[in-house]
Amino acid sequence: MTLIRLSGVTKTFPAATRDAQPVTAVDDVTLEIAAGEICGIIGYSGAGKSTVLRLVNALETPTSGTVEVDGVDITRLGERGLRRLRGDIGMIFQQFNLFDSRTVAGNVAYPLEVAGRSRAEVRARVAELLEFVGLGDKAGNYPEQLSGGQKQRVGIARALATSPRILLADEATSALDPDTTAEVLSLLKRVNVELGVTILVITHEMDVIRTLADRVVVMEHGRIIEEGAVFDILSAPRHAATARFVSSIIEDVPTGDDLATLRSRHPGRIVTLDVREGAAAQADVFAALSTHGVRFEVVHGGINDIRGRVFGHLTLALTGEADAVDRALATASAFAELTEEGTRG
Amino acid sequence: MDRLIDLLPELWDATLETLYVATSGFILGGLAGLILGMALYATRAGSLFPQRAVFGVLNVIVNTFRPIPFIILLAAVQPLARGLGLPGIGAPFAIFAIAIASLFAISRIVEQNLLTVRPGVIEAARAAGASRARILFRLVPREALGPLILGYTFIVVALIDMTAMAGVVAAGGLGQFAINFGFKQFNPWVTWAAVLIIIVIVQIVQLVGNALGRRVLRR
Repeated sequence: MTLIRLSGVTKTFPAATRDAQPVTAVDDVTLEIAAGEICGIIGYSGAGKSTVLRLVNALETPTSGTVEVDGVDITRLGERGLRRLRGDIGMIFQQFNLFDSRTVAGNVAYPLEVAGRSRAEVRARVAELLEFVGLGDKAGNYPEQLSGGQKQRVGIARALATSPRILLADEATSALDPDTTAEVLSLLKRVNVELGVTILVITHEMDVIRTLADRVVVMEHGRIIEEGAVFDILSAPRHAATARFVSSIIEDVPTGDDLATLRSRHPGRIVTLDVREGAAAQADVFAALSTHGVRFEVVHGGINDIRGRVFGHLTLALTGEADAVDRALATASAFAELTEEGTRG
Repeated sequence: MDRLIDLLPELWDATLETLYVATSGFILGGLAGLILGMALYATRAGSLFPQRAVFGVLNVIVNTFRPIPFIILLAAVQPLARGLGLPGIGAPFAIFAIAIASLFAISRIVEQNLLTVRPGVIEAARAAGASRARILFRLVPREALGPLILGYTFIVVALIDMTAMAGVVAAGGLGQFAINFGFKQFNPWVTWAAVLIIIVIVQIVQLVGNALGRRVLRR
């Protein structure tokens, strides 16, 4: 079931100064997000992903096109309707944006106070949420007494206060170190699995997408340039920008200097084996090389596991009679895709 | 010294007059300045209730009146006070003039301190479903409370400075006391006594203000 639907959405910001041009941050974007999924939008800064996120809870209004949440066109809602909508959509931020004048409990209580819940109800819900994010003992602390990871967990508790069905995460881990990032991502995963919250994350880190998302949308210059299941995009990026993001976390094909070094060290032929899903293909290739008396050495590569689905590349340096190598490769290429990396000289 | 002892009752009265004029001027100017400052903050481009024209007008008014030296403003607003049915001299007139003069300075201080609240915090409140009015009147002043207290403390000191000048419109106070009984009668001890009391008042205000500000800022 589609929970969020953007149809032909364009957002143009007026020129900042008289001489400047208006900026089209989002350009004719159509996007559907299903209930219960974790969808990641990746792009460089200025790609428009941040604006897309803010269109979903109407912090920004589209210049044209429609934004529907649960079948309701939110561009037609008045201020009162928007406030109700926002009770159903939580949001977390890169800089956490906690209220410094309020304690941890006070921060989490804020959306509940705004929604007019009773004092007893607020107290019970806040305790429950702080327990969920593992900060039950920090209720009376102030934000400046917390680490970055703890602050983001308060942010998550606050975003979940009114039991929203949607959580928007705006670069939620970009200000955190790797360990803390992993901690926050696993908490977000729990939010999705245990509470059934649909999550829309925007990030410039492919690692966040790989760890967290089911589906990824790649944006560039305000447009969606590629989208699909995380496995498909990571294993076979079609667009150059996507490939750059993928190569930031997956370096399994030797290029440039690495390749030159390999060639200088291994006089024989060097081939790269494309490994995807079935492990049988890999075994078949190795068997083919062996039966033709070709010896090989794995000199580069990596295998990636995206929630149980495997892909990657293995680069092999081959040694043996030239004829045998030719025959071995001819047999092996029936089982898997092989790319010749060339020989020295 | 003997003369000073003779004048102690007058000194006491002058101190009370200064405190009365300063406190009343501060309450009136402080409230009006808070309202004007919040209006400046709220109507500025990109803020909660952006109104380019309103902001422009308010901004020009503040920029026009704020730099006028107090002693000149004091004289200049006399017709205005009379027009409003207030006396043109004495303590009530001094309070009126101080309220007007401080209102512009305070509005700027309020505006600047409210601007210290990060836009992201306001966005978080919007995302949590809070109305713009609720954010403007409840969240932003609370988030900026520490710097606001320090700003107000700063302005009280300037306000005490103004009360000393109010002597020229027969408002009494330590300024008038020092000039009439000290300066004009060649008695520096009397002047210095007034100076000492002013210093004590300023120090107490500063101390209380800083302590309150630190407490709110928790540092």
